Amino acid sequence: MTELLDVKNLWVRFPTRKGVFDAVRGVSFKLGRERLGIVGESGSGKSMTGRAILRLIRAPGEVEADYIKLDGEDLLTKSEAEMRKIRGDRISMVMQDPKFSLNPVMTIGEQLMEAYRLHAKGGKAEARKRALEMLEAVSIRDPERVMRAYPHEVSGGMGQRIMIAMMQIPDPDLLIADEPTSALDVSVQGQVLEIMDKLVRDRGMGLIFISHDLNLVSQFCDRVLIMYAGRVVETCDADKLHKAKHPYTRGLLNSLPRFDAPQKRLEVLQRDPAWAEAASVGPDT
Amino acid sequence: MSALSFQGLNVWFGEGRDHVDAVKNATFKVARGESFGLVGESGSGKSTIMRALTGLAPHWSGQMSVNGRPVGHRRDKTFYKTVQMVFQDPYASLHPRQSVDQTLSETLHLHGFRDIEPRIEKLLEDVGLGPSFRFRYPHQLSGGQRQRVAIARALAPEPSILLLDEPTSALDVSVQAEILNLLTDLRAEHDLTFLMVSHDLAVVAHMCERIAVMQAGDIVEVMSVEDMRAMQPSHPYTAQLLEASLGYSRSGAAG
Repeated sequence: MTELLDVKNLWVRFPTRKGVFDAVRGVSFKLGRERLGIVGESGSGKSMTGRAILRLIRAPGEVEADYIKLDGEDLLTKSEAEMRKIRGDRISMVMQDPKFSLNPVMTIGEQLMEAYRLHAKGGKAEARKRALEMLEAVSIRDPERVMRAYPHEVSGGMGQRIMIAMMQIPDPDLLIADEPTSALDVSVQGQVLEIMDKLVRDRGMGLIFISHDLNLVSQFCDRVLIMYAGRVVETCDADKLHKAKHPYTRGLLNSLPRFDAPQKRLEVLQRDPAWAEAASVGPDT
Repeated sequence: MSALSFQGLNVWFGEGRDHVDAVKNATFKVARGESFGLVGESGSGKSTIMRALTGLAPHWSGQMSVNGRPVGHRRDKTFYKTVQMVFQDPYASLHPRQSVDQTLSETLHLHGFRDIEPRIEKLLEDVGLGPSFRFRYPHQLSGGQRQRVAIARALAPEPSILLLDEPTSALDVSVQAEILNLLTDLRAEHDLTFLMVSHDLAVVAHMCERIAVMQAGDIVEVMSVEDMRAMQPSHPYTAQLLEASLGYSRSGAAG
């Protein structure tokens, strides 16, 4: 398997009044052209890992790693100008809430066309044509109307599909999706996942899928990293997630109410301080 | 006599061309001590039923009654003593500049209690928060702790009916388990009746005995939790919803 992304010993630190807080602690993983899920609770560092890859951690936050290689090139040695080319063109990111990631005072059409023209340097007519195609590709029924609409005039599910349409315009090699379906209904969630699934299958894109939903990740992804307190506690094949061994993963799985089996009480996760202390599980262990 | 009864309830928002019928002709009863769930996608009107009952959605017609007493467009103190609500987002439903103590004592004071001190201590204990949490502000609490405070506030007037609007959807699964266990315990201890809204069918199945499925303002089906677990819906929309909630199937997407 050729590695698309290779991350070694990634740390993200934030200085606070009480000393340095390590949000991500020595995370290493490799990604091919596959769907990699990162799961964990809020505060486990999963979003920070995604942002660190794109070097989106702003000062005073610090990112440190042995390397973050995209197709063999270390992203940490790139200048800010070079990074700007990589963001969008090579690596794209979809955030959790479309309401906060679309520009509220620009129509959807303007934003899509701007994205296209920045990346492809095409003309206006061409940009318009591509934008309409992209909206159709994410199964938006009346793209002409949506082009004229402002973000507050579309539903959450539609907004998220628009975000994905925008991310696809530059045809990235890697998509980092940070809780892309958490704000959506189950029915719409299926549609959004299908679109991303298709991109991975048809274009050979790599996908990092950050989510707190264990069931979803085990069904949708190929491989899963489980994060706790800034480190990877376990990594396994997604379809074997239910046989995961680490007590934290087990605890999370057991705390979910089961649809198929009624329980009197739900199991409550008992945290062990040792989980946070141990080193991250890497790709080679 | 049922704890809650809805007969031909219509709720609407807006006027003229912006008019939206959020709930259409909803009819169902919740028995005393029962836990009843409302499911459906966003915009289907499930929360709106609760909001109409509590007076947060003022435009409604039809009949609603609580413990056999009809609810009018103006509600008296007895109503709010009987019916209390816990909201989805504990980050938004607590006053950011009021401590836990202020939040609870104001509620108790408004409901005419005199023995506020011991009641606050009892409420905090009921929801599993130690006395050390009493003088904290919401920003000093985690999401789960905040939701516990919101539940304590709802319990303060000693209601018999609790309306739960997605009480755990903003929380991590491990914290969700704690809160759901807490609600189960409180229901047993205080003989509470629950009306619960959730988009998570597994949560509803865990908490409720009967479930109403809503679509675009209509209640399309009321089913028992056993029928739901057995995947025996009688309405095609319910079948679709059950299917979707079982998760993403890659084979389905490929075909």
